[in-house]
Amino acid sequence: MANYLLFIATIGGIYGLLALGLNLIWGGTGMVNLGLAGFFAVGAYASALATTTAHLPIPVGWMLALIAGGGAGLVVVFSTTRLREDYLAIVTLGFAEVVRLAASNEIWLTRGTDGISGIPGPWKATLGPDFNAVYLPIVLAVLAVVFVLVRRIDRSPYGRALRAIREDAQVAQVAGKPVLRFKAQAFALSAAIAGLAGALYGHFTSYIAPDLFLPLITIYIFLSVAAGGIGNPTGSLVGAYLLMTLLESARFLVEFIPYVTAVQRAALKELLIALALILVLRLMPRGLLPERIPRAPSPQTGGKS
Amino acid sequence: MDLVLQAVVNGLVSGALLAVPAIGFTAMFAVLRFPNFSVSGVATLGAFAGYMAYAAGLQIVGSLSVAFVVAGTVGLFLDRVAHLPLVKQGALPAAIASIASGLVLENVVRLGFGNDMRGFDRPIARDVRFGDIRINPQQTETMGVALAIMLLVFAALAFTRVGKAMRASADNPELAALKGIRPERVAMMASFVGMGLVGVGGMLLGLDSSIDPLTGARILLSIFAAAVLGGLGSAPGAVLGAFLIGVAEELSVLVVGSPYRSAVGFFAILIVLSLRPRGLLGERAF
Repeated sequence: MANYLLFIATIGGIYGLLALGLNLIWGGTGMVNLGLAGFFAVGAYASALATTTAHLPIPVGWMLALIAGGGAGLVVVFSTTRLREDYLAIVTLGFAEVVRLAASNEIWLTRGTDGISGIPGPWKATLGPDFNAVYLPIVLAVLAVVFVLVRRIDRSPYGRALRAIREDAQVAQVAGKPVLRFKAQAFALSAAIAGLAGALYGHFTSYIAPDLFLPLITIYIFLSVAAGGIGNPTGSLVGAYLLMTLLESARFLVEFIPYVTAVQRAALKELLIALALILVLRLMPRGLLPERIPRAPSPQTGGKS
Repeated sequence: MDLVLQAVVNGLVSGALLAVPAIGFTAMFAVLRFPNFSVSGVATLGAFAGYMAYAAGLQIVGSLSVAFVVAGTVGLFLDRVAHLPLVKQGALPAAIASIASGLVLENVVRLGFGNDMRGFDRPIARDVRFGDIRINPQQTETMGVALAIMLLVFAALAFTRVGKAMRASADNPELAALKGIRPERVAMMASFVGMGLVGVGGMLLGLDSSIDPLTGARILLSIFAAAVLGGLGSAPGAVLGAFLIGVAEELSVLVVGSPYRSAVGFFAILIVLSLRPRGLLGERAF
């Protein structure tokens, strides 16, 4: 039981990381990334390959995951930033699909649908069954660092500029903010965080395969951010753990429904998550913890930013 | 050379089938102003509704009508309940909700039918050969149906009151409203007809291969690519885009193999957005 709770808490932390990344662009600049699962996969594969095929140490793998996620983010955003957000939505969705295709078919690199197994975990051999108890604090520490980072961004002049872009990009442009560059930076940073989350995931479960990175994960994270309150990093974390609670209780609940097959159980679970997202968007668009807009600095102290 | 020619012929056939849902998607975008991702679920729903009707003894055209009505009705309902109330906050919340409602439909179908592939039991016919090019009579039949549907849609847009109202509303909503066109009604028509066409498209593509709950999800990128390629919101553009995507997908199989067929749409979108962001025919509606 304790191990189960540790497992849930760790996965919740990894989803929390993804949610912080999404909130940075959705809450920050009003862009969305419908290909989160793809960036998550890019990071997971980068770190898994670095530590298994290339035998590099785990921290190097994590760094590579950050770089790979951020790099992929730059590629995607540079083809679309010039354009409206609805194009970015379509392109990011396609990106996740292409990543999954490549992971399934470039067998020489990714081992195809068999996936990569035996991804090392930190001190896993010596820890044995206590591994989960040690990995959770590691994930929470990473989560804390990223949380502090996005909070700082949120409250900095840079964060204010991002929100100005969200409210009205044209006005921000007229006010002299380099809108395109800021948007690209924010998107790449968010993608890098998703990549790091992917690496943390792979080294935790020790196995990754293309089928683990379905678009459903993207829906999970949108649900987390929307439920927590778009634009509020604390809300994103709360949302991620609420999501885990919902997922796990749904899993137990569908067990009790008689006469349904395993396929139908899985379908019911997906149905429930999708319905929850629609309900949250429709009924509580501001989320549980609505965004708090910090007061503008007074003219004497502020001014330049 | 023959291989290439055969691929082009196959591409034109699948392009004609793809054009139907692409017109539906782009028409909805022109009027409702958000990318409706639920087309994946609606296409699947249409395919299964048509499948049931066909299994119950209806002919192709009758089954397609069932697919149209079921998909149109459910699509309209979802737009009213889940998507359009969110458009006030911007296109993105509506788009996100539409992904979720597409997923809902996909799983409703999965609940009822499971994950198995199903095929329409059509009488087997011998390929017709022109030199080394083979064409299946069933393919020509579905392609003919698709072309007829397109003609019907364009005639409706050009000559009927509803069609003219939709074009006017897409072009300039305020001016159209000022002229007495009721925006609410036009929006409802766009949802119903657009989603109906998407459902018909799901069934047409199912006739050509087989159907399962992921049928719609598999063609989603191709539909988007066709619409973006031709210019989002332009119906003739969607047709042109669909033929180009159809041919490009078939040709890609010769070059990089079939696994990457569905990546063609993605790269086509990227290339168009970098070179000609407004699409081949521009974003002007119809």
